Amino acid sequence: MSPSLLLLIILAAMALAYHLGRKRAIGVAGGVAQINRLHSLPAYYGYYAALWVGLPALLLLLFWVGLQEHILTALTIAELPPEMTAQLSEGQLSLLTSDIRNLATGNITAREISPEVQAAAAHYQRLSGLASVSLWSLTGALALAGMAWAWQHTTISFRARNRVESILMIVLILFSSIAILTTLGIVLSVLFESIRFFQKVPWTEFLFGTKWSPQIALRAEQVGASGAFGAIPLFTGTLLISFIAMLLAVPVGLLSAIYLAEYAPRKVRAWAKPVLEILAGIPTVVYGFFAALTVAPFMRGLGESVGLDIASESALAAGLVMGIMIIPFVSSLSEDVINAVPQSLRDGSYALGATQSETIRRVIFPAALPGIVGGVLLAVSRAIGETMIVVMAAGLAANLTANPFESVTTVTVQIVTLLTGDQEFDSAKTLAAFALGLTLFVVTLILNVIALHIVRKYREQYE
Amino acid sequence: MNTIADAIAVKPANLTADHLAQDQSTATTLGEITSANPRMICRDVNVWYDDKHAIKNVSLDIGQNEVIAMIGPSGCGKSTFLRCLNRMNDTIPAAKVRGSIKLDGQEIQDRSIDVVPLRARVGMVFQKPNPFPKSIYENIAYGPRIHGLTNNREELDELVETSLKRAGLWKEVKDRLDAPGTSLSGGQQQRLCIARTISVSPEVILMDEPCSALDPIATAIIEELIDELRQQYTIAIVTHSMQQAARVSQRTAYFHLGDLVEVGTTDDIFNQPQHKLTEDYITGRFG
Ligand SMILES: Nc1ncnc2c1ncn2[C@@H]1O[C@H](COP(=O)(O)OP(=O)(O)OP(=O)(O)O)[C@@H](O)[C@H]1O
Ligand SMILES: [Mg+2]
Repeated sequence: MSPSLLLLIILAAMALAYHLGRKRAIGVAGGVAQINRLHSLPAYYGYYAALWVGLPALLLLLFWVGLQEHILTALTIAELPPEMTAQLSEGQLSLLTSDIRNLATGNITAREISPEVQAAAAHYQRLSGLASVSLWSLTGALALAGMAWAWQHTTISFRARNRVESILMIVLILFSSIAILTTLGIVLSVLFESIRFFQKVPWTEFLFGTKWSPQIALRAEQVGASGAFGAIPLFTGTLLISFIAMLLAVPVGLLSAIYLAEYAPRKVRAWAKPVLEILAGIPTVVYGFFAALTVAPFMRGLGESVGLDIASESALAAGLVMGIMIIPFVSSLSEDVINAVPQSLRDGSYALGATQSETIRRVIFPAALPGIVGGVLLAVSRAIGETMIVVMAAGLAANLTANPFESVTTVTVQIVTLLTGDQEFDSAKTLAAFALGLTLFVVTLILNVIALHIVRKYREQYE
Repeated sequence: MNTIADAIAVKPANLTADHLAQDQSTATTLGEITSANPRMICRDVNVWYDDKHAIKNVSLDIGQNEVIAMIGPSGCGKSTFLRCLNRMNDTIPAAKVRGSIKLDGQEIQDRSIDVVPLRARVGMVFQKPNPFPKSIYENIAYGPRIHGLTNNREELDELVETSLKRAGLWKEVKDRLDAPGTSLSGGQQQRLCIARTISVSPEVILMDEPCSALDPIATAIIEELIDELRQQYTIAIVTHSMQQAARVSQRTAYFHLGDLVEVGTTDDIFNQPQHKLTEDYITGRFG
């Protein structure tokens, strides 16, 4: 008698309710020939019945499945002799309850079982049997009540179509609020953890300090106990790598977009676009080891041969590979924008005797520029937030430098290193990751808002 | 694609049975297709969009200092024919043009001819106003700039002013030449596009329903302009308005389903059409 079986039964009941509701509506109208006396088509009465039968039962099932275990466990623990639970710590208590639950579901437990636990398990089993029976009967009752409600409301003038519409709207609102609330929850939790961090480390030091060394002493008397949390080297490192990436991605992406949109014959476009899309589909971890194992050593070798000292984890290698990753992003966004420039503008230019490149330079490109800028900003925000490539190909040392041959580190790399391994949960070191995450979030949010604003403004121009 | 050999060949090699069937249905044009003083001479022009035969064996002269009106039901190929005259169909990948089209005796279908100067000589005003998203001034200065028609800023200013004046727009925009061309009203935009076209001094002007979106006052202004332009240029105008054709043109050509059914002086076409289709169309509109 599992909940999934119950779910199936509810769905079946909804199908049945649909048919009953439909039949009922036809009956009320006085036969198929007269259904146009009804306010809505019979199917809508069917949907209405199905929704009333299914939705309350499904909601009940959802809550029940979510809460059953908590309630049952609490009830069982309350039944245990008080002297047994009194001096147990929270951890021991949870061990005990998991023993009881394991025993009740017939699993083997790790420890020896005392008769009290045995009894508690039996109690738990009884309770869950009871719960199951009441769940089934309650859902059944709800479904029947829903059917009765819908049955009663099926009259000639009942506006079933409008009702179904509004119920559906409520369901949709419910689901979209799940998405919105989750986002909000994540943002708030990052915000609160960051506030805790800023209580330990002043935000001025974080934003303007030039030394990043988040090592915290394991023992209080250790030397160098307090870490340094100046994030400037991380910001400059991120900017340097993103800048190198854009330096590669913008010209290559833009020019290939112009070729694809304006010059390429239909056949070339047919295969070149999918190829670019494949580039966009490569997982970033693959780019990462490509950068670390192929590009970085190659750069180093190249540097040696011309007498340059290039670090084996140089900003250059990470930036170039990140640029390659972003090319399809820039080119597909720019191509969309270029294609959105109306053909009539091209015709107008050609009809004046302009060549193709004159038309592109003087008409299409200026018209598409705002949209292209928007696309590039979106690409920048992707570059800033990109993690996998830089984790593998950029360094860990927080150097404050603008030299692309040196190793730098980025905000995302530091978040990863701060949080991997065993960490104390409320140390400044761990909390620093949240502060970095918040900074990243704010920056990319601003970039995205600006970019979307520009893109939208540009779209309106032709409509 | 558009070699002389192709142009001379009556039919392309890959004609399907369907094409042949359509060709056989082609009626010979009634009326006088030639002109006493021709600028453009079109002979046996055919246009296909993929498999669709949009223009069938059309032969027509367009004379110096004359306005020729092209009329006919929607979809009969008026725009398609007009676009042949400055090779704008090159920009449509599916379009295929065959036949002979001469400007001052020179074959423009010839591959070796450069379409860029051709289009500067044969200008076009589109059915829908299409000002560039630039300032009013830059819209007019665009053509002269790319062709290097002026030597300095003063000359360019002057050219912009005279173009706008001739299109009857100068008074309305002289104080806001820096405003975007797209901020003008529909009728003003259409006149801006006409000014843009005459700024490069084309010898032939093709106008595709230039008044379709205009109120009677703006229409009257543009018709006056056409009349004035005729003194210097050769003009082909597509229109859905019989009255307009009667007012502005000296000759009229009636198209039907890709065929040029009848052509003659505007007076003759409107007063004594020879073909039943022409008569039906004209009387239907007038009735
Ligand atoms: N780009 C194109 N691709 C394919 N078919 C086209 C294209 N342009 C026009 N056609 C077809 O060619 C035929 C002639 O079109 P055209 O635009 O020349 O008609 P028209 O006489 O200008 O009509 P209207 O008065 O409505 O502007 C139509 O049947 C149309 O469907
Ligand atoms: Mg047309």
